[in-house]
Order: sequence, then structure tokens, then C-alpha cells
Amino acid sequence: MAQMLVRRGAARRRKGWVAGAVAGACLALLAGVAEARTLRFASQGDIATLDPYAHTESFTSNILHHIYEPLVRRSKSLEIEPALATAWRQVAPDRWRFELRRGVQFHNGNAFTADDVVASMQRLMDPAARARGNVSQVTAVEKVDDFTVEFVTRGPYPLLLNDLTGVFIMDREWMAANNALQPGNISTRTTTYASTNANGTGPFRFESWRPDQALTMTVNPSWWDRAEHNLTRIEFRPIRSDATRVAALLSGELDLIVPAPLQDLERIASASGYKVIEEPSLRLIFLGFSFRPELHAAPGVRNPLLDPRVRRALWMAIDLDTLHRRVMRGKSRTVGTLVAPQIPGYARELDQPLRFDPQGAQRLLQEAGATGFKVRLNCSNDRYIADEQTCVAIAGMWSRIGVGVEVQVESRTTYFPRMDRGELDIYMLGWATLPPMDAFSVLSALLATRGQGLGGNNPNGLSDPRLDALTAQAAVEMDEPKRRALMTEALKIVRDDVLYLPLHQQPVAFAARAPVEVINHADEFVRLWFAKVN
Amino acid sequence: MLQALGARLAQAILVMLTVTAVAFLMFRYVGDPVRIMAREDATVAEREELRVSLGLDQPVAIQYLNFVGRIASGDLGTSYRNNRPVADLLLERLPATLELVLVATVLSLALGIPLGVISALKPDGVAARIIQAVSLIGISTPTFVTGIGLILVFAVTLKLLPSFGRGEVVQLGWWATGFLSASGWRSLLLPGITLALYQLTLIMRLVRSEMIDVLSSDYIRYARARGLPRPYIHFKLALRNALMPVITVTGLQIGSLIAFAIVTETVFQWPGLGLLFIQAVGFVDIPVMSAYLLLVGLLFVLLNTIVDVLYALVDPRLRVRS
Amino acid sequence: MTALWRQMPLSVRLSGLLAAVMILTAAAAPWLAPTDPTLLSSLNLMDAELPPRWMAGGEARYWLGTDNQGRDLVSAILYGARVSIGIGIAAVALSATLGVVLGLIAGYVGGTADAVISRAGDVIMSFPTILLALLVAGIARAVLPQAASVAWTPVILVGAIAIHDWVQYARTVRGTTLVEGAKDYVKAVRVIGLPRRRIMFRHILPNVISPALVIATINLAGAVLTEATLSFLGVGMPPTYPSLGTLIRIGNEFVFSGIWWIAVFPAVTLVVLVLAVNILGDWLRDRFNPKLRGRS
Repeated sequence: MAQMLVRRGAARRRKGWVAGAVAGACLALLAGVAEARTLRFASQGDIATLDPYAHTESFTSNILHHIYEPLVRRSKSLEIEPALATAWRQVAPDRWRFELRRGVQFHNGNAFTADDVVASMQRLMDPAARARGNVSQVTAVEKVDDFTVEFVTRGPYPLLLNDLTGVFIMDREWMAANNALQPGNISTRTTTYASTNANGTGPFRFESWRPDQALTMTVNPSWWDRAEHNLTRIEFRPIRSDATRVAALLSGELDLIVPAPLQDLERIASASGYKVIEEPSLRLIFLGFSFRPELHAAPGVRNPLLDPRVRRALWMAIDLDTLHRRVMRGKSRTVGTLVAPQIPGYARELDQPLRFDPQGAQRLLQEAGATGFKVRLNCSNDRYIADEQTCVAIAGMWSRIGVGVEVQVESRTTYFPRMDRGELDIYMLGWATLPPMDAFSVLSALLATRGQGLGGNNPNGLSDPRLDALTAQAAVEMDEPKRRALMTEALKIVRDDVLYLPLHQQPVAFAARAPVEVINHADEFVRLWFAKVN
Repeated sequence: MLQALGARLAQAILVMLTVTAVAFLMFRYVGDPVRIMAREDATVAEREELRVSLGLDQPVAIQYLNFVGRIASGDLGTSYRNNRPVADLLLERLPATLELVLVATVLSLALGIPLGVISALKPDGVAARIIQAVSLIGISTPTFVTGIGLILVFAVTLKLLPSFGRGEVVQLGWWATGFLSASGWRSLLLPGITLALYQLTLIMRLVRSEMIDVLSSDYIRYARARGLPRPYIHFKLALRNALMPVITVTGLQIGSLIAFAIVTETVFQWPGLGLLFIQAVGFVDIPVMSAYLLLVGLLFVLLNTIVDVLYALVDPRLRVRS
Repeated sequence: MTALWRQMPLSVRLSGLLAAVMILTAAAAPWLAPTDPTLLSSLNLMDAELPPRWMAGGEARYWLGTDNQGRDLVSAILYGARVSIGIGIAAVALSATLGVVLGLIAGYVGGTADAVISRAGDVIMSFPTILLALLVAGIARAVLPQAASVAWTPVILVGAIAIHDWVQYARTVRGTTLVEGAKDYVKAVRVIGLPRRRIMFRHILPNVISPALVIATINLAGAVLTEATLSFLGVGMPPTYPSLGTLIRIGNEFVFSGIWWIAVFPAVTLVVLVLAVNILGDWLRDRFNPKLRGRS
């Protein structure tokens, strides 16, 4: 508070003398400051749209969560807790009943009822909805009475609640009145009223959005929940360049930046009046391998990566500790598995990286008859924290055990399509298991053989019948300990055979002016309904 | 006369068609919008479906014809990223870039003309040499270095001026202007200067060489011989004649200044067309990229055609073969 | 040549010398640089971000300090300048050759050839270098899977820069050719029935060489800057084979954290190099073609 007053005082130096002379005027100024608490915050990119069902970006969902709310939400500790639904139970293996919260109002004053839930789900399940994959296992939603609904799933489905944390409820009357009952979609080239307007039940009301410039929200005084925050207004600005974002924070134009670049944390923390809030993210960074017969770097030669000893040698040759200290500036957590500790399916005994042992690695390569093989290492340079630097450093370490590495670094624009087409030998990938926050997303997307809706991010021929079987079992296992055991078993196979090479858990840092209190959540979400400006 | 005009217009249309084809072909093959738009864990079938619904599975020739047809009817498509009509996006961003270009042009003229005159009047004087040296350093320094330097000094160290954005804008109909607020003006300064520096050298040198040409012409010599006052000769007679090509070049440069603003807008997060373009490139937002390319091409062709036609009207010798 | 040297003012002479020294030093980088920054196995992360040797914490073997990967900055700058200058010279050579040939054809043959070349030039000139280069580099990477490889990137950059720059040569040469072609001696040669190609190369080419050389000098500076801008925007040389622009891009991420040397030394090198070439080019332009003066 004092600090903020000092800053304000400095900014108002000229006019301020007059005000300062009169105590009453000064008090009035104080009161004014206390009442209007605007949080100005910036991130790397803008939201895609205001229509919650027209996109699948986690950042857009994050921002919209301030305006719209789901039936169940993540608490401060990321547990699933009641939001617009107060209670739920499974009435049949494929049928869930939800009790809805009473007395909730949308921002336009309309009451929230079961009709809104049904209309929202219909809108989301519409074939034209871009985000319908988020509820792929839901087949129907039925109204029981005004405050009770039932969800029908395709067979027993253990992750329904996890999926629903990302499904925002919209107002049926508002959609009907504005001809927005059909969802917007980039594919069908349709935009609706809801693409540029918003009416939810959340802690903040939508005020204005100028794409790539600013999005503003004001507090919702009639929010059903007890407000922990003390904000009256949020101004969000997308600022793509790291350097500009930091400059804008340090010159007092912003209150909060997310994420803050690692290399600037020290400087920001040491600047008076600023602070850094760090948290290891749920996103784990690892390397994927090609399991095709030949490598792109060496056509005509049998792919040496097919030999588990070679993959193990590559792991042993990486000095993870130095990576952690120098490249990640001591902020990352070195890992040995593919999911973060908070995620169901995680097992501590699997989370051990192989010991750094270049001689041992060289011996393994000799055993496998793969000394001096050539390989390409591909990385993005604008997706993960310090991704480019990490890759260059790893290439150096590998070339020291005699592996001929060529590094290719490119923008995510071209990088991910090439990965998807299986054009890469060894590639960097980050996975946060979002939205479900469950290891099953690793099994279904990364480990299962590609095809039949599975293996969406397994483009390079990894196919293991054990993993496929475990994925199929975990998909329908309703007994939680058993389900977790199945997923842990799959992760153990990954570690034993080095099917992926885990590097680290990525750190996410927020930087803020000192009077701003905000929680940095592991899922990389900014939840400003827990924020305070003192 | 009409024939010449017709030929010029046909030529402009031809150029535009080429630009359209190039725009389409090039952007059709940059990156893969499907992967970018799909969720992290989208299935193969979902991606294929998205590809079909975007029309990316049709033959290239059909896609091109669709493209030209839509453009001709004023439909620039829908942005993959913003889910909004591209025409709206361009209109929304146009004011920011035009205001920036306007400020940069005014700044560069206001500085470039006097500096050019000074260095022309005494081509070997100290002032002229200093100006020449500084201008050479100016064109030898990349824009991004200049921009970052200005931010470091004026925004971070001195905390005098904002480092990004347009500040407060006032809505005049669909035009959002930064000219009507103090914070808008403050925000315009750094990016305006950065962009002006690019243009300044050009204008200064042009003024200098035109002035030197004019000053050595017979009628100026005659005026001098008649003993007319120096300022009258330099500013009333010489500069007025030297300014004509300067104005023309400044006009012709607008298109390239708008495109050159890509770098400036990136450094200052200026929410104009250039930033829209760079962000579209990052997202492989094909409709936006095509539209941007077309807009820059159109502006250029338009400005050039206008100038050609005007010159043809003025100079009868050029009417036959331009 | 010596006559030209004698005409030069001191500042131009010095710039010319400086440019020559920088170009030669960069070319000799493999023999002059203390380490090979492209040899990944020689990098030591533990040496990363050391300041220049005269600052506290600096080490004697790293004169200008090290970058974020532990590369010696002196070596990185030498090799980087080599890459930048190499790409610049190659781009200029390619665009000059293309431009001169096309300009000769357009000017001498005329008709459809002239129309096609001139229109192509118009289309290309309606886009500024940087926009066109961004497009070409981006497209090449998207279309050719191997384009992102270290061997191909310089080739693509050269193409991306040359695709715009040839037009200037072509236009100048076309103009000169039209003027020369109308002169009596060419008419006379034509009357005796010498083949077209021969007239073009024997009698017209010599007259267009000097304006082309002047444009080439100026364009070298521009090409080096364009390459730097592309690398700065991330579509240029990869971090494992950095050019000066790549070094500045990497360094820029560290400017705010007090590690200024990674960006500043390469930036100064780049500006000095371009400035030296520009001073020389500027003088040459004034010397050979006073009419071109001011039209940069």
C-alpha cells in the first residue's frame, strides 16, 4: 500500500503538491486508491475468441474462466470442487446425476437453471463445435428438474468430472435472444454473437475486447461465491516479446506478467517494488524417439534408436544437473517419468533420472554396435521455456560421446506439423496432461499405437501391445486405485525401455509489482479470483 | 489518352492477379493450420475432419479459384485464429498503422527537408558532413537495434515514455485514434521515431540531391545574378521546385513504409497491420496473411498507377509509351 | 583502380580499408578464432555467460566473454561475421548476375521478354525486401523438409534476399541498354549482322558494369542487414551456426538481465561493418553516377 502510494505520488508530482498540502484532499485521494483496484496484466498471446466452444486453447479457457464457470472447478489446491453443481453421484455405470446450485445469476440478471446446462451441452456437442472433443464420452444430457441434470456417458467413464472442469455454462435465453445457440467454429467460418460478447456467472463481467490489444473485465458484485480477491477491474494485454513484457512491467505500465522469462527473474526480483512468484508447472519436457526402420538423418541404415541400449545411452549422456543449473537457472525439477507428482498415476519410484555417466553411455553404444551414429535433434524455439537452449546443450553433450547430432530449431508453426507427420528423428515435446490432469492423457495420446482415436501425439511408430492393452483397460476402469496402478505400470514400461527421455518439469514464473498477491498454479492457469492488490 | 489510361489499368489488374496467385500459392503451403488449430491430444480422424472442413483437401486450382472469387466479392475470409472476418480485422488494425506511418512521415519530412537543404547549400561544410555521417550510421543500424535501444533508454531507464501499445485510444466511428489523448501521443513517440529514422535518410538525401540540381540550374543562377535575396532564392524558388519529387517519393513510399512497420510494430507491440501479419505468420493464419499481402500489393499498385497517370497528364511526351 | 584510390577522400579510404579488413578477417575466421563455436562438443555450459575479461568474473581466455551456451564471443563473432558476409556476398552475386542478364534481355530484345521481365519486376518491387524475404524463407522451410537443415539455410537466405534485389540491376541495365542500343555504333554493328548475343555481351555489357558494381556495393550492406533482420526474427541462421543477426537475437533475450555483452558486441560489429561498406558505396555512387545521388 505504502509503496503504491509512493508510486502514485511520484507520478502525480506536479499536481500532487497541491493535493498534498490539504490533508482532506489527500485522504480523498487515499480513499479513491483503495476503491479502484485495477489489475493490469500481460501474457504472451491473446485469446482466440470469447466463444468457449469455438476453440481448444488452454490459455483462452483460462481467461474465459474469469467470466464463465463450469459445473465443477479446480480449487486453490487444484482439487475438483463444486462450482455451478453442488453435488453429484453415479446413478448407473454410465449415468451421472448433478445437483445444481440455486440462486445463481448470469451477468445479465437471468437465473441459472438446468435448462442452461442442457442448452450449453447441446451447443458444445453440436457437430459444428470446435471443442466438442472435450466431452467426447458424453452421449446425452437430460433435465430431471429445474436444478437437477443427468449426464449419460459412452460406457463407464472415470474422467467425466475432469472433463467437466473445462466446460463453461452459458445462458440459454441470452444465446436464444442473440441467435447464438449454434456454436461458432473456425472450420465452418461461422462467428456468433458469443464470439465477441460474453455473459457468464463468473467472478468478473466482460467489458470489452480489442483483439491483440486489450481485454477488460469488471468485478461481478453479485457473484454467488465469497470473493477472496479485492479487484474491481482487470485489464489484460497480450505482449508477445519477452523483452517488451519485462520492460513494461519494470516501467510501471503493468502489475503482473505471465510468464516472466527465466533470465530476467533475478533482475526483476532485485528491482525494488517487484517480486517473482515461481511454481513448477504440470508440464513435463521430454524427448521423443523415432521408431521407424530408418532415421531421416541416415537413410538406408537401420535406425539405431530401435535398440533400447542406445536410447538408454543417450539418457546417460545428458548431464541433467548442469542443464538444471545453467540453462534452467536452478528453476526446473529434473524428472525420470512423464507426469508431475500431482497427477494420478504418478509414482515416486519411477521419478528417478538415470545417473550422468558418459563412459557408461559410450560402453552401451559399443555393445549395441552404434558408435558414432548420426541423428537429428529437432526443437521449437517459441513454445517451451528455454527450449532452444536446452536442445543446443543436449546436442553438445551427445556429441561428446561420439554421436553426430545435427540440431534443427524452428518456430512451433512449422515444428509441430513436421512432428505430426513423423518427419523428426528425436524431438522435444512438453505435456501437461490438460485438461483432465490425469496420466490417462499420456497413455491415450503418447503411448497407445496411433489409430482409432488414440495415439494422436505418437507419430513416430511407437507401438507396444502391452501399452495398448493397459490403455484400453485404464479407459474403463472405475476402481480408482486399480486405474492408477494400470497407468503407473505403463509409465514403468516407458522408463524401463526409455521409450521417451524425460528431462525436466518446466518452471513457470509470474512477475508482479510488490503489492500484488497472486497464486501461480501448476496447471499454468492464472486465477485472478484469488488475487489481491494491497 | 483514354487508351493509355486503359492500358495502365489493365496492367495494374494483371499485377494484382499475379500477386493474388502468388499470395495464394505461397500461403497455401506455409505451415499446417490443422495441427496448430487442433487440440494437443486431437485424434488423427479429428484432424482429417478439420482439414476437410477448411477445404484444404480440394485440388489447388479449385482452392485458388474459390480464393479469387471470394476476394472479388470483398470477402477476405475468416481468420483461423480470431474466428472473425479478415476484412474486419484489417479495418480494425489499419488506423494504428496509418497513424504510425503518418507520424513517421511527418517526422521524417520535418527533419529531412531542413537537413537536406542545409547539406545542399554547403555540400562541403561541417554541418553537411556531420549530417551525412549521422545519416550513414542511421541506415547502417538495423531497426530492431534502434527500437530496443530507445526502449532501454526512454522506457526502462528514464521511465519517460511507454514501451508498448497505443495508450488510450478514442473511438471515432470505426476509427480508433491515439491522437486525442496524451497517453496516445506519448505512446506514438518511440515507434514513430524508430520508423521515421528509416524514412529520414531517404528524404534527406533526396532533398539534398534535388536541391543541388536545382541550385545549379540556369534560372537560379540568373536569380542570383539579379541579386535577389538569398533566402528568397533558396526557399521560395529552389526548395519549391525540389519538393515536387520529394512529395512524389514520399507518397510512393507509403506502401513500403506500412510493410516495413512489421519490424517496428513487433518491437513496440504496436497493434497495427504488421503485428497482425507477424502474429498470423506465427499461427499460420492463411487468410490473414494473404489479405495482408494483397493489401500491400494493392496499395503499391494503386499509388504507382495514380502517379503514372498524373505524370502522363502532365507530360505529353510520356503519353504514348510509359 | 589506383586512379580511383587517389580520388578518394581519407574517410572513404579508411572505410574501404576497414571493410576489406573485416571481410578478410571474417573469411579467415577458422584460422584466427581461438575456438570453433560450431563444434558442439567443445561447448561447456559451465562457462556460460561469463563477462568480458576486464570485468569482475571475466576470464582471461574469453576476451569479450561468453554467450549463454559457453561459446567464446570473439570466436562466435568472427564465425558469425563470416556467415553474414558470406550470405551477403552470395546474395549480391546472385542478384547482380540475374539482374544484369535479365536487364540486358529486356532492354535489347524488348517486346514480350521486356514486358514479362518488367512486370515481374513490378510485382516484386511492390513488396519490400523484408516482407518478401520473410515469405520466401518461411515458405522454403514449410515446403522443403530438409530446408531447416544447416546446409540449406544459407542457400535459402541467399535466395530470399536475391529475389528482391535483382530488379534494381535489371532496371538500371535495361535503361542503359536502351540508351546504348540507340547509339550509332550499336546500330552499325547490327547492320553488319553480328549475332544479338554477341552485341549484347561484347558491346553493351561493358557499359553497364560500373553502375551494376555501384549498386552491388550498396546492396551488400543492405543484404547483410536483411539477413540480420531475418535471423533476428528467427527465420535465419540456426543457433548452432549463428550469424551476427542470430547472435543479436539470442543476446536480446538477455539484455534486460544485465548480460549485455552477448547482444552488444555482435551488434557493434554488424553496424561497423555495414557502415564501412555504406560509406564506400555512397562515395562510389556519387562518383560514378551523380544522377543516382540520393536515391537509395
